Amino acid sequence: MEPVKSPMDLNPAVKSTGAQGETVGEALRRQGISRRGFLKFCATTASLMALPPTMIPRIAEALENARRPSVIWLSFQECTGCTESLTRSHAPTIEGLIFDAISLDYHHTLQAAAGDAAEAAREEAMKENYGNYVLVVDGSIPLGNPGYSTIAGVSNEDMLKEAAAGAAAIIAVGSCSAFGGLPNADPNPTGAVSVQEIITDKPVVNVPGCPPIPVVITGVLAHFLTFGGLPELDQLGRPVAFYGQSIHDRCYRRPFYDKGLFAETFDDEGARKGWCLYKLGCKGPTTYNACAVTKWNDGTSFPIEAGHPCLGCSEPKFWDAGGFYEALSTPTTDIARTAVYAVAAGAAAGVAAGALNKANKKRALSEHQTTTLDDLSPGT
Amino acid sequence: MTATEWLLWARGPAFEIATVILVMGIIVRLIEILMLGRKENLAAPKGSATTGGLRTIVSRSVPDSGTFQRSTFTIVAGYIFHIGLFVVIFLLAPHILVFSKLTGLSWPALPTTIVDAFAVITILALIAVLINRLNNKVKRYLSGPMDYIVWALTTLPLITGYMAFHRIGFSGPMLIALHIMSVELLMIAIPFTKLSHAFTLFLARFYNGAVTGIKGVQS
Repeated sequence: MEPVKSPMDLNPAVKSTGAQGETVGEALRRQGISRRGFLKFCATTASLMALPPTMIPRIAEALENARRPSVIWLSFQECTGCTESLTRSHAPTIEGLIFDAISLDYHHTLQAAAGDAAEAAREEAMKENYGNYVLVVDGSIPLGNPGYSTIAGVSNEDMLKEAAAGAAAIIAVGSCSAFGGLPNADPNPTGAVSVQEIITDKPVVNVPGCPPIPVVITGVLAHFLTFGGLPELDQLGRPVAFYGQSIHDRCYRRPFYDKGLFAETFDDEGARKGWCLYKLGCKGPTTYNACAVTKWNDGTSFPIEAGHPCLGCSEPKFWDAGGFYEALSTPTTDIARTAVYAVAAGAAAGVAAGALNKANKKRALSEHQTTTLDDLSPGT
Repeated sequence: MTATEWLLWARGPAFEIATVILVMGIIVRLIEILMLGRKENLAAPKGSATTGGLRTIVSRSVPDSGTFQRSTFTIVAGYIFHIGLFVVIFLLAPHILVFSKLTGLSWPALPTTIVDAFAVITILALIAVLINRLNNKVKRYLSGPMDYIVWALTTLPLITGYMAFHRIGFSGPMLIALHIMSVELLMIAIPFTKLSHAFTLFLARFYNGAVTGIKGVQS
């Protein structure tokens, strides 16, 4: 086996960062995290990222010695649900502490500073770590009018562009920053767009979900700390390790779908027996996320396990993708009304066409001339 | 367009367009046929037109032994894919939801695995009739481009449906979008092609039976 590289080799960006000079390992020990708990996190991260078990010591080594990188977290048109999700990673579990183990230099909700002091912290962190900090964004950016959402008088668009310029990596956390999310839902009154619609000259890692799974957010950060680069992304810019499989394909209720056993309502026998929620509008077949694998609330359950269909929150346009409780196979419009209009219009057109045919036939009959023998004889 | 946008288009505007063309087209055709009318029959009826018509709907669906011996393959394969299409279209739970939204009616579904088996058998039967059509000199001579287009339009939704259920080849949203769009192509084609027999077949059989029934002849 090839010797384990130092985190500096794995991640050159880590070298000059670390506002407080403390490694992740030191930070974890200071907070009472056992070696066993730490390795467990490394093993989970390795398996989530579909890496072989031989990578676990490398991840451990890299994380242990990584300098804490500066992270700037910008919150635009958002509801703070993504932050809520992250903070509910059940502190003091390892996911929460890995997050403590980065140097979170700017975050509206979590930082102690306010007003000018907060903005100064952001500017200082950006200046000191220019080219090396990790930029995390949650919330969409309004392009309709810069005044719809500002921070310290700076429009979201300007702040994003300025912060993105010096970032080593940009992570769009939550469906709003990844795809526009709720603010972007029809009729999109603020002209909300995603991060990658503004930042086109740098790769953006999308970590969608409403909110995203805590371990997925920390997993992407762990990947950056371990390998220094961005993980493999799918067509929508999502890390394949976490968004490579659909909810449907990993759903424990899938056998019921295959057998054709469905809950018809939320309180019928099928619902009580835990049958498939397809008829109640489950978007599992079209949704790519790790919910069915990592689950929520410290691995307790995920929406389908709690008896509710998947809303498809990690997919683009999930607010406009038909009703949450309308089955995926059904039309999104009022098709019955359309069909009634079509019947009426068809009947009118059919009667008109039939009448025209009749008139033609009648005229042909009236113009009919009897052929005589004279008509047929040659030379007439 | 992303896969999600294709799916939204297929479930929304495209389905509206396909439904309007299918429903309007079929209604216009049926009314035109009915308004052609029939000549008044001045002879004293020797039997019931209605009974004759209804009997023929059934009797013409059962091949007589002579025809069966001459065209065993055509009849057997034809029956298999027609029954298969009926099961796949009307007895799969996600499909029933579509009809339910359209008409308000609902009925029990077959287990998905059974419908899946029917889909495979139907696809095989359709491939068999195509090979037979190409190998049989008379059938090939009688076939025009439209016959092959109609075959493709019928087979495509079965293949995309199979792919969507088994999740082969594309992402989840794209598979469902492709399946729905292939069905929409079929819906649009029905009024303008011989596929309209789905709606005119029993009307025509009834008419044939009624003409002979009123003369007191069994058909």
